Amino acid sequence: MDKMKVEELNLHYGSFHALKNINLPIPEHKITAFIGPSGCGKSTLLKSLNRMNDLVEGCKIDGKVTLDGTDIYKNMDVNALRKRVGMVFQKPNPFPMSIYDNIAYGPRTHGIHNKAQLDEIVERSLRDAAIWDEVKDRLQKNAMGLSGGQQQRICIARALAVDPEVLLMDEATSALDPISTSKIEDLSMELKDKLTIVMVTHNMQQAVRVSDQTVFFLLGEIIEYGDTQQIFSMPKEKKTEDYITGRFG
Amino acid sequence: MRNRFDRQLVQLNDELIEMGSMIEKAIQEAITALIRQDTEAAKRIIEYDEDVDQQEKVIENLCLKLLLQQQPVARDLRVISSALKMITDMERIGDHASDISEMAILMADKPYIKKLEHIQEMAKEASVMLVNSIEAFVNKDIKQAHEVIANDDVVDNLFETIKNELIAMIHKDPQVGDQAMDLLMVAKYLERIGDHACNIADWVTFSITGTHDK
Repeated sequence: MDKMKVEELNLHYGSFHALKNINLPIPEHKITAFIGPSGCGKSTLLKSLNRMNDLVEGCKIDGKVTLDGTDIYKNMDVNALRKRVGMVFQKPNPFPMSIYDNIAYGPRTHGIHNKAQLDEIVERSLRDAAIWDEVKDRLQKNAMGLSGGQQQRICIARALAVDPEVLLMDEATSALDPISTSKIEDLSMELKDKLTIVMVTHNMQQAVRVSDQTVFFLLGEIIEYGDTQQIFSMPKEKKTEDYITGRFG
Repeated sequence: MRNRFDRQLVQLNDELIEMGSMIEKAIQEAITALIRQDTEAAKRIIEYDEDVDQQEKVIENLCLKLLLQQQPVARDLRVISSALKMITDMERIGDHASDISEMAILMADKPYIKKLEHIQEMAKEASVMLVNSIEAFVNKDIKQAHEVIANDDVVDNLFETIKNELIAMIHKDPQVGDQAMDLLMVAKYLERIGDHACNIADWVTFSITGTHDK
């Protein structure tokens, strides 16, 4: 079943046509990876899935993005949308506050103030982000003091704390060492039982390792999408083949 | 882009061609040794099998190095994994050339009960299949790979001809049974060489299309 669906999407930044006629289903409880050279539109499409482009000046979007069948650009409050569609960025960006408050921030914004309830959410989110054991004895310490890999998992825990249905990851492991990267990859695969994940990655092997569906972008267009194993063993399009085998351009 | 990798893939092709010509030579010389009842030549081919095995290791190491260093995908992945599978069949063909040489030594002390023209023909057909299967890989020629697979019937029919002929000879004179069995073994080894060439051709198809025909 498709959790989200992009239909006839066109996005302009001023006169620049950044996304051209995008049609893409995003299957539920699967990991979808976006790949393609820099500037091909993959991050732009990712941001369109929770309306992060709304505030970009000169950005104009036509077409439809649906979440469980509802158009997120027409019939949905942006805060409600972002609660359901969370995001983790390339650079870990914990708030300059305690680990506990980082995770409790979202639920508090959504009106949860009961201590016991917040404790439970904080623990569950940190466990789901595979970092509970590393931080459980220092929840009141500032999150900025953690390593990059730990900070990124705190950010994932923070995203999970509001119980999202979709998690967007924009090159979430590109600034991390191999061990932290592998922890986050394992985590993604565990999390897909609970939610739907869409990731942008420059690491082709990562797309092969973790994703179920791969989408290849070039110059604002989707050239090809499909089952990850098929894309990386027998792509249909020559452009895909040339890019993934490193013979592009 | 990826010049070094492309050079390594050319090297892989060269090594496969080299191994192909080594086993082609082994088959031809084994049959010549058989026909001339030349035990010295037969022994040399048995020893030569070590060189064939060594060449298999060279190609295997090159493939593993490419998988590790280049993390190939798509066509590159199919080519390298097919090469890894092909060399197993090629090595087995080398073993059969050596097996035929052993039979040549066993049969060297008595005159043959029949002319070996069908065995010679089988060896020729099987060698052509082998050479063409490797050529198809190097040239990414799916049509040539299919032709190799189709040609297996020719080799299989020759095997049947030889088998029937030998059965008839045993009927007539049971004394020829020993050598008839040995000759049947030789024919069977050649028939297996044809099968291995078909396996190679099947991997060629996979390296081009990503699927097996059968």
